[in-house]
Amino acid sequence: MSTTNREELQNLIHEVLEVYPEKAKKDRAKHLMVNDKALESAKKCITSNRKSVPGVMTMRGCAYAGSKGVVWGPIKDIIDISHGPIGCGQYARGGRRNYMNGVSGVDSFCDINFSSDFQEKDIVFGGDKKLAKLIDELETLFPLSKGISIQSECPVGLIGDDIEAVSKKKAAEIGKTIVPVRCEGFRGVSQSLGHHIANDAVRDWILPTRDDKRPEAGPYDVAILGDYNIGGDAWASRILLEEMGLNVVAQWSGDGTLPEMENTPAVKLNLLHCYRSMNYISRHMEEKYGIPWMEYNFFGPTKIKESLREIASHFDDKIKEGAERVIAKYTPAMEEIIAKFKPRLEGKKVMLYVGGLRPRHVIGAYEDLGMEVVGTGYEFAHNDDYDRTIKEMGDATLIYDDATGHELEDFVMAMKPDLIGSGIKEKYVFHKMGYPFRQLHSWDYSGPYHGYDGFAVFARDMDMTLNNPVWKMMQAPWKA
Amino acid sequence: MALRQCAIYGKGGIGKSTTTQNLVAALAEAGKKVMIIGCDPKADSTRLILHAKMQNTVMQLAADAGSVEDLELEDVLQVGFGGVKCAESGGPEPGVGCAGRGVITAINFLEEEGAYEEDLDFVFYDVLGDVVCGGFAMPIRENKAQEIYIVVSGEMMAMYAANNIAKGIVKYATSGGVRLAGLICNSRKTDREDELIMALAAKLGTQMIHFVPRDNVVQHAEIRRMTVIEYDKEAKQAYEYRTLAQKVIDNKLFVIPTPLEMEDLEDLLMEFGIMEVEDESVVGKAKEALPA
Repeated sequence: MSTTNREELQNLIHEVLEVYPEKAKKDRAKHLMVNDKALESAKKCITSNRKSVPGVMTMRGCAYAGSKGVVWGPIKDIIDISHGPIGCGQYARGGRRNYMNGVSGVDSFCDINFSSDFQEKDIVFGGDKKLAKLIDELETLFPLSKGISIQSECPVGLIGDDIEAVSKKKAAEIGKTIVPVRCEGFRGVSQSLGHHIANDAVRDWILPTRDDKRPEAGPYDVAILGDYNIGGDAWASRILLEEMGLNVVAQWSGDGTLPEMENTPAVKLNLLHCYRSMNYISRHMEEKYGIPWMEYNFFGPTKIKESLREIASHFDDKIKEGAERVIAKYTPAMEEIIAKFKPRLEGKKVMLYVGGLRPRHVIGAYEDLGMEVVGTGYEFAHNDDYDRTIKEMGDATLIYDDATGHELEDFVMAMKPDLIGSGIKEKYVFHKMGYPFRQLHSWDYSGPYHGYDGFAVFARDMDMTLNNPVWKMMQAPWKA
Repeated sequence: MALRQCAIYGKGGIGKSTTTQNLVAALAEAGKKVMIIGCDPKADSTRLILHAKMQNTVMQLAADAGSVEDLELEDVLQVGFGGVKCAESGGPEPGVGCAGRGVITAINFLEEEGAYEEDLDFVFYDVLGDVVCGGFAMPIRENKAQEIYIVVSGEMMAMYAANNIAKGIVKYATSGGVRLAGLICNSRKTDREDELIMALAAKLGTQMIHFVPRDNVVQHAEIRRMTVIEYDKEAKQAYEYRTLAQKVIDNKLFVIPTPLEMEDLEDLLMEFGIMEVEDESVVGKAKEALPA
């Protein structure tokens, strides 16, 4: 990338900021940067995890979304109660493509909306009694559940219900784990605080319960952390780890179970995919139980190869050989995929705007297909995510934090990428502008994208979207 | 006459409920049609009118019935001494839930069900001591109480509270029609109490509408869950409440108050010897640091 490009991008940022009032402009300017790979830390160049500017159409969610939707939701054998009025639970139901095995309502509860359905009287008199009754009813109706989590909606925090006391009392009565989670939506600036609160609840209410009765670890026991099994991602990851000789004892939390989580503090190594949402519990298990953890990346054969080798480096030669064997086994298939799709995708430009991990993690997969990510950004990342992003992105590319509707649209119009990867809220805006678009939160009814199997699907999806003839039939308004 | 809606505020324990009910009894005796709405989870705003321990509250009945929508007006309105209609918003026991929301829900219910459409002369809202949140400001929002009476005494904290309530009235006065209608001095027999409250009233831009002396007959009546008006209608205190009632009926002085800055209020208190002149040189000094 040339210096001219850097200047052009700086000018673009200035132009895009021009529409804002002075105060908003000053604030938003801190969240936009042109990448410089030489930087050690992102801190001086980009500000993150700050309150959104009112009125800008931020794409962010709330703490409840981060806890109930992201971290707790996929644990399949526990019941998550959305504690509060009905809306949060109902609109958070079934929107995330976290797959799970099991029979719904028997040993798997992810697809049911459990809500305490607050009415006026519950606000005025408190919801504690209703919560206790609800737990009794759940025990009658769903006796095979392994536990219950209470996901606080905003009003619970406002009226000060003592959900911890109810949890302790009912847990003793029914003999199951009950976890109160204080993830009221008004807390924090995005869903990110919800992840942290959810992690802390696991730390305080789940892990300690087994501290004196945890089984002895096997030499190759590992846990997958921060994989929510979107479109089957965790399954496509797990088989690679098992093929190289590791024993995956837990998936956090896609297709995961409570006993798996309880037993995780006995593993040899925690493998962390989504750093943003589960680094907290990884650090905790390192501090309290001495379990090392490492970040890995299973998007695209290049990153998979690197990650498999790094994971193996924590184990003996048997595993190291296993990793090489797995890499060797899948490499021909990967070469075949690349041979097929790279000619159709080479040189194409991609812009991304996703949550807290993928804006940097999928870059390698695009590069494997000869594509270039020219702009990327996060809804709710922190500084440490941007530190990692600087290294992954090319020089003089655009990075945007908590991008606004206006910024994203103007960046896209100026940079004219060949493909956009973002979420459902952005999708139709860009479709109408005539841009090929893939959802990178949900994989657009597709997936998995993790692992070698996932790359085959990823490459096919990007090709069929980008090279779909429909885009040539559309006339974007500004080109008319 | 057109319906007049009045709210009674004042520091907790100052005697709001007792004063309100005696005032209302006197108004009823004078032939006025009155309703009292208690806006306090303690629900003790109507007991002297109804001779009841505690009236069934809107929120309790709503909880028993399932929801507020399941209630009828006659379930929550009771009639007591002198035909006074009584309703209590009710609310949670201390430490749980949201009492403020209870007030909002109850008042909305009464309004929607047409409790105010009856042939009424006065509605009195008896509100919890401190306006701790938006719920307890509900009675003075638009289309509710237009006249605020603050019950006060010559004690320092009661006057602080009165000044704070005046600040709250200013906020709503600028956006709606609510006005301060006067201070009711419920005497605690402090020194120069009447002069002090008159001085405070003047600074707030209002009046001390009446000085209610202290009299044990009020307690004697309360033990029997009655107002003085009903218990001993010839008592001197009954005439005090009648005077207050007549002054309220005749009242025309409705103002946007001019609350005092803290320093001005303290100056006033010092002037009347309620508060000692502060020695700034001792502020923040521990005992051993001070000269003996």
